Formats: sequence, structure tokens, C-alpha cells
Amino acid sequence: MKQFFSFVKKEFYHIWRDKRTMFILLGMPVVQIVIFGFALTNEVKNSQIAILDNAKDEVSSTIITQLDASKYFEIRQNLHSYPEIEKAFEAGKIKMAIVFPQNFSEDLHHLNKAQIQLVADASDPNVANILTNYATAIIGDYQRRINTNTMLPYTIDTETRMLYNPQLKGAYNFVPGVMAMVLLLVCTMMTAITIVKEKEMGTMEIMLVSPMKPIMVIIAKAVPYLLLSIINIASILLLSVYVLEVPINGSIVLLVFESILFTLVSLSLGLLISSGAESQQTAMFISLVALFLPTVMLSGFMFPVENMPLPLRIISNIVPAKWYYSIVKSVMIKGLGLKVIWKETLILTGMMLFFLTLAIRKFKIRLA
Amino acid sequence: MQAVIKADKLSKHFGHFTAVNKISFEVAPGEIFGFLGANGAGKTTAMRMLCGLSIPTSGTATVAGFDVYKQTEEIKRNIGYMSQKFSLYEDLTVLENIRFYGGIYGLSDRDLQQKSEALITRLNLQNEAKKLVGSLPLGWKQKLSFSVAVLHEPKIVFLDEPTGGVDPVTRRQFWDLIYEVADRGITVFVTTHYMDEAEYCNRVSIMVDGSIEALDTPPKLKQQFSANSMDEVFYELARGAKRSE
Repeated sequence: MKQFFSFVKKEFYHIWRDKRTMFILLGMPVVQIVIFGFALTNEVKNSQIAILDNAKDEVSSTIITQLDASKYFEIRQNLHSYPEIEKAFEAGKIKMAIVFPQNFSEDLHHLNKAQIQLVADASDPNVANILTNYATAIIGDYQRRINTNTMLPYTIDTETRMLYNPQLKGAYNFVPGVMAMVLLLVCTMMTAITIVKEKEMGTMEIMLVSPMKPIMVIIAKAVPYLLLSIINIASILLLSVYVLEVPINGSIVLLVFESILFTLVSLSLGLLISSGAESQQTAMFISLVALFLPTVMLSGFMFPVENMPLPLRIISNIVPAKWYYSIVKSVMIKGLGLKVIWKETLILTGMMLFFLTLAIRKFKIRLA
Repeated sequence: MQAVIKADKLSKHFGHFTAVNKISFEVAPGEIFGFLGANGAGKTTAMRMLCGLSIPTSGTATVAGFDVYKQTEEIKRNIGYMSQKFSLYEDLTVLENIRFYGGIYGLSDRDLQQKSEALITRLNLQNEAKKLVGSLPLGWKQKLSFSVAVLHEPKIVFLDEPTGGVDPVTRRQFWDLIYEVADRGITVFVTTHYMDEAEYCNRVSIMVDGSIEALDTPPKLKQQFSANSMDEVFYELARGAKRSE
């Protein structure tokens, strides 16, 4: 046990002496949460729009006021002719233009039917969709209000409830994603690199000739990164609760437990990579290409897995982050318990045992 | 006296390749045993078997009285090892390195305290004790590395080309250290490419293509091959080698 502690202590010296790496390891989650939380948001807020109001009557100005009052839109320009619309889009200043025809309120009141044109910049299709939906909803709202006095013969009202995330915050989606990414990066890449470094330096040989058991060497190498990861889990959760206002709806104990499980999966993967790689660059490259990219692409964090072609959907099942991501979403956002996520938990446990066994066996083979 | 290393027809095959072919020799306690051979002659493989890192294919051997097949754990507790690759941690201080290596051999805190102080005094490193090893000159690092390898008072210390890349003066000082530990009764098993170093050994074995072709004291070897120096002896033997890297 004393041997083990000497080793862990030495490992902490390595981390502590390399200040730059340490700050990257501990600062990365903070930076990622801040970037994803404030810069890379795909929520639509305060979009710049332009109005071409050919009617200039009471109804059109009421609708315009309401659009402006919503937090989604900000009226940037009042246009005066159709050619100006195109120019405004070309200048890249606006995301959508709203056109009221002449005789707008007259048509509405006398023909009972009037039209508004929404022109959106669909070079970003998602944003265009969201904007036209918001505008349609605001206009529909107004329409319902002026209809309260008249009885329509048949009406179907849809009532929408956004479960688990009523405000449609993007943070609910990316906090679990960032957790998966950070843990994977810290554990897998750093563990792989630090073990391969010992091989490169020749110190691993000394370890193997010493009475310390190989398995102990491996565990002692992993322990500091497990601790670092726990600090990272804590800082991500604190930031998301207090800065991004993403609540932890489920059991925090369960969440931490699952995160540690995922950390162990990542550590075993790091060990596996280290037993195959001969140089630090190789270790880093394998970690990035074989793990980081699939995690971003196939875990469901950036792109929904359900929409992918079948082969990719199948491949996504072997990406550990996919299961962890789904666990964090279930526990943190939906507030569900182990009863619902036992399958994912089991899969992660299985993966951990598989990778660990493989890593230890490869390590032994190398010795013989 | 009972031999500390005893090898009898020790062999190692990798598939059809015979890396080490039935080598037999004995090393006495406190002896400085030179283990020579060209690159690819099988020195490293033989040494790995004696250190418990590699299981032999056939033959028998005991190291410090323990069997290389079954008692590798006991062997590891009784040997020290220093490799040709420099093996201290550059980002740890001198003292931290000593403590670490002592720690993985399970030395008690009091032992560690005493030994590290004695070692630092012996190597005149008082002013450098708290400096990072990376800032020391290579020769010092090597001396330190060797002293750390014998910190736990092993019965045998294996040195794998310990003096690669250092100047002759430092090498001479390094050998002073080797003599010192041999005087304490620690057996030194050393591989080297420098033939002047071979002259410092009590006995020398020369491996060619996996077999030991010559084994004796340097004077007797020179006599046997009617050579003036170990260099000539080595060349005479290695010339016939079919394997090289």
C-alpha cells in the first residue's frame, strides 16, 4: 500500500509541475461551459428583422409593436420598397423581413381575409424555420384576440407543452454533452499520454523490474485522473446550476455515481490505447480520432442519432458517450431514476470491464 | 561460496528465432560481471529473463536463490535495475526521485529519510537536493540513477549500458561507485559497449548470436585469444557473428 501511495504522490507531482497542462485540464470544462452557454447557442433571441409596412394602419402597427415586444425579434429597419428587402438581406443585417400589403386592415375587416408575407434568410434553415414559426405564433395570437367576440363555428386549438425544458434552453442539451466530452478527454487522452510517456522515458521498465505489480502501476496512474475528473464533474455541475440555470432534477448521488462509472470507462479506454501506442503523439492521435470525434458526432449531442442512416446508428451504439449522454439527460433533466437507466448503466459497466480486461491482458502480453 | 546468479542451458525462442541459446554461467556474490555482446547478440533478452521480465523457453536459472520461472516476485524484490535509457523523472526533484524509488521498494519512512540523506551527502548533492533532476548534468543524473537503483540494498544490481553518452572522466567516477557497491557485497551485472570498461570487470562473458562464446577474467581472455586488449578479444569473437541489428 505504501508503494501505491508513493506512486500516486509522484503522479500528482507530475500534474502539479506541469502547470500549463493542469490549468488546461481544470479550466477546460469551465471554458467549454461558458462557450457553449453563451456563444454557441442555437437558441434564437433578438433576431434582427426588417418591416415593409405598405399598409401603415392600426392593425399592422399593433402587430409590429407585438413583434418588437417579444424577446425573439428586434426591428432593425423600416423599409419602403421591395428592392430594399433584398438589399437588407444582402447586407446581412437581418434574418427576416415582414411585409404588410396595402389595404391590410381593410382586407381583414371587409373580406375577412388578409395576408402577411414572411421572408426569411434560409441559408441557415433551422433559424429560418424557427423565426417564421415564432412570427406566425405571434400573429396567430393577435388573430385569436380579435376573434374573441365573434364565435367561429369550429375551432381546434393546439396546446403545446414543452416537457422537461419549458423554456427550450439549449443548455439542457449541451451540459450533458460537455460532461461527456470533458471526462473523455481528461481521462482517456491524459491517461494514455502519461503511461506512454513512462514507456518513452524508460521509467516503465524500472517499474516492471520493481516489486510493484503491473496492475498496481496501472491503477496508480489512473487514480489522479479519476480525482481530477471528479473535480471537473463538480465544476461543470456547479456552473450549469448556478450560471446556466439548468436544474438537477434527479438524484445528484445517482448522477455523480454514473459520471464516475463513465470516467472509469474512459480510463480503461486510455489504458487500452496506452498499451498499443508507442509514442505520446500516437496516443494523442488515437484518442482524438478514435474517441473524441465519434463522441461529438455520434453521441446524439450535436446531431440526433435517430435521423442518421442505419450503419451510423449501429456504430453509435459502441460509442460510450452515447449511453452516458442519455443517462445524464434522463437523470439531470428529466429527473428519472435508476429504474429507467439501468440498461445504459449495465452497458457502460460492461464496456468498462471489457476495455479493462483487454488493456490488462495486452499489458501482460507485452511483458512476456 | 553460493552463486547469486546461476544459469544452466537457459534459452529463449521467439517463434523460430532463438534469441538466447543454452547459456550457462554462474556469478559469485560481490562480483562485477561484465555481460558483453554486439547489438542483437541476445544480451537484453538474457538480462530480461534474469530480471523476471521474461519467462525462458527452456533451461533453468536462479537469481538470488529464486527460480526465474516461478519466483519472479521474489527476484524483483532482491534486485536493482538501471537501464540505458535515463530513468529518473526530470520533473521531480532529486529528493523526490529518491523517495519515490525507495517508496516503490517499500522502504520505511525512517529508512528512506536516512538513506536519502546519506546518498545526497555521498554524491555531494546537498545544494541540488531540491532542484529538478532535469536541470542536472547527464553525468550526475547517471550517478544518481545508479545510487537510486541500489538504495534498497539489493543482492544484485543489473546495469544495462549504464554509461552511454558520458565523458571518460564521469565514466571513471561512475565505476568508482560500482566498486563501492561491490565492496558492500552487492553483485554487479553490467552490459557495456566500452571495452575499457570490460577491463574493470572481475569476469567477462561475451555473447555471439545468442550463445556465450567466451567467459573468464579479462587477463585470461586476452591470453586465450593472444590479444593485447579486450577490444581485440571482442573483435575476434564478434567478427564471426551472423546476426546484427
